[in-house]
Amino acid sequence: MTSATAPTRGSRAAQPAAGGQGRDAARRRSAASDRTRAEARLGWYLAGPAFVVMLAVTAYPILQAVWESLFSFRLTAPDERAFVGLGNYRVVLTDEIWWRDLGVTVLITVITVAVELVLGFALALVMHRAVRSLRGVLRTAILVPYGIITVVSAFAWFYAFDINSGFINAWFDWVPGIDPDLNWFAQTGTSLTVIILSEIWKTTPFISLLLLAGLAQVPTELEEAAKVDGATWWQVLRRVIVPNMKAAIMVAVLFRALDAFRIFDNVFIMTNGANGTEVLSLLAYRQAIARLEIGLGSAISVLLFGCVVAICVVAIKLFKVDLAGARGER
Amino acid sequence: MSRRRRLAQGLAVALVSAGLVACQGEPGPPVLTWYTNPDAGGQDRIAQACTEAAGGEYVIETAGLPREASAQRDQLARRLAAQDSSIDLMSLDPPFIPEFANAGFLAPMPDDVAQRVGDGVVEGALAGATWSGELVTVPFWANTQLLWYRTSVAEEAGLDPAAGPVTWDQLVEAASATDTYLGVQGTRAESLTVWINALVESAGGHIVEDPSADAADVAITLDTDAGHEAARIMSEIGRQGLGGPGLPTADENATFSIFQGDRGSFMVNWPFVWPAMQSAVEAGQLDQGVLDDVGWALYPATVEGEDARPPYGGINLGVGAFSAHPDLAYAAAECIADPANQAEYFISDGNPPSSTQAYDDPAVQEAFPMADLIRQSLEQAAPRPQTPYYNEVSGGLQQTWHPPSGIDPERTPRQAAELITAVLKGEQLL
Repeated sequence: MTSATAPTRGSRAAQPAAGGQGRDAARRRSAASDRTRAEARLGWYLAGPAFVVMLAVTAYPILQAVWESLFSFRLTAPDERAFVGLGNYRVVLTDEIWWRDLGVTVLITVITVAVELVLGFALALVMHRAVRSLRGVLRTAILVPYGIITVVSAFAWFYAFDINSGFINAWFDWVPGIDPDLNWFAQTGTSLTVIILSEIWKTTPFISLLLLAGLAQVPTELEEAAKVDGATWWQVLRRVIVPNMKAAIMVAVLFRALDAFRIFDNVFIMTNGANGTEVLSLLAYRQAIARLEIGLGSAISVLLFGCVVAICVVAIKLFKVDLAGARGER
Repeated sequence: MSRRRRLAQGLAVALVSAGLVACQGEPGPPVLTWYTNPDAGGQDRIAQACTEAAGGEYVIETAGLPREASAQRDQLARRLAAQDSSIDLMSLDPPFIPEFANAGFLAPMPDDVAQRVGDGVVEGALAGATWSGELVTVPFWANTQLLWYRTSVAEEAGLDPAAGPVTWDQLVEAASATDTYLGVQGTRAESLTVWINALVESAGGHIVEDPSADAADVAITLDTDAGHEAARIMSEIGRQGLGGPGLPTADENATFSIFQGDRGSFMVNWPFVWPAMQSAVEAGQLDQGVLDDVGWALYPATVEGEDARPPYGGINLGVGAFSAHPDLAYAAAECIADPANQAEYFISDGNPPSSTQAYDDPAVQEAFPMADLIRQSLEQAAPRPQTPYYNEVSGGLQQTWHPPSGIDPERTPRQAAELITAVLKGEQLL
């Protein structure tokens, strides 16, 4: 993993100058800096195009959205476009709909990420420990839900629970609270349950894949040593495996939290925001796309972007998520 | 290396020349693109027939729009705001016409065309195709809801809708006495607005008093006797569970399937249900007995003794303001909306004509025994508020009047009016 790396600049500088001749040392330094410069240049050549593309497809739209959010602008009345400063933000932040939608979004994020982390870890362990001959089949089977387009899976779940065409009510009518007359999409609690279940089913494979990569990094010697010392399975898991894959867990949680916070498809298909199930992406969509209010819609999008950035900052600064560590670079 | 380069050069020359040929080509007639709402294929057939009838003057190609009316509007409005010249003809849902006309998305209609296409059109459809006193779209087909009922249930409840207008209160009583479900659309979608509007209009009120007003001046007149009466009826149906457990998510298709089931009784719905039931019987999915049990009457009245104002829907043809051939597009629209085509479309797709003449077609009379009733319903029909801000009005109603069981007859109409007014003033989100 990390042992076989090329000698770094630091180690080279630390080498004692053989013979102690100053001229020699100077030449070596200049050679080193030439090489550093060349490496830096190569780095730019390799990463430059991607950097430019990133600027064009992400930075430009973000800046455009920030700019548009300062205007009162309706697409069907382009002549009435007027600068309103932070007026759109005031409207959004003083509206209870924003806060209610933020609450629903946070609720969905917290529940799905927590459940998916536990389930995903279990699945990752199963995949990791599976007999070699079964491993391929098992991984494919677990990954199938993740391969399904979200809109398609949302429709599948919707029709399964729908009061007219669904089969869930008929199959599970022995469960207390479920009967043929239960309309899942008529109340907040039941609607959110289906949305969250579908979200968990769909994206647990993603989190388990990330955790599987983390599991693969845990040195087997440590596990074996712990077992030799008489540690139980639970102790090995708690004291050896989890601490050694902390970076992978944090990255998985961060990626999934960012994803869950931007949930759209499931809510859009199943309830379209009815019964208080609206999430922030849907609110932005309805203002910008359905109402064609570009200014208001942009303001919500910018605020949503701010929330996502905040989640990133909190995760990286507070929980010290180490993106490089998760990839085994250190 | 050099051979590879030569190959690349050869390929490039071939590609460029192919492109040039393509550009020089197309000596044929101009192609008009018609954006159509999904149907059973009738609009494609009409496009083909009109292309043939044009004798090489133009070719009509169709392009499909999304299924939901609101999604159709979203797509067309976004494209037209970007001055999309590929939109020559579009199938437009009437409530969105004022918004499009007001924004300058529709090419002005020549006077002679207006004269011809406005002649012999049912009242509701003419009103729906008009914006500030001028015809801005070509009336194509016009929809209205009827009261469909199971004769057996009506008899059991001692009600005879065929004999004369029935009221919503009578339906509520009948459904509650026979322990059956009323077929009404309670889902949070456009169909809910359709229902609210019909109830308010039938009580002699209007949701919007001055539809042509500016956004900040649009007056929502729901906190009135008519608004309260509409809210009372909806909340009663919701609270007593008369729409069934599926009411909060019931759209036209859901109510249709309840109507055909064991607890079906009375349903308000568009005429598409008639050919749909007949083909279901032919396919063996529906009992002939159910079809024989079905009756139809005018939309229920809100107030006893006052005529109902049934919902009005349908599709009108708009010509895109940025089309390269608006004159040809209007010629094509006239061909498409020809009464003979409308009659054929009615029979094939179940969408009623806007032309009064088309109803006299013997084939129409045979396929739709209720054709005259549909025509009468269209003459009585009231359009939804014809304001450029219809989307906000409808969205505000859907947020406050859903679910039907949560409606408070005293407070909900006022809350809806306050929300819509604040949204239109830009003070609140929708």
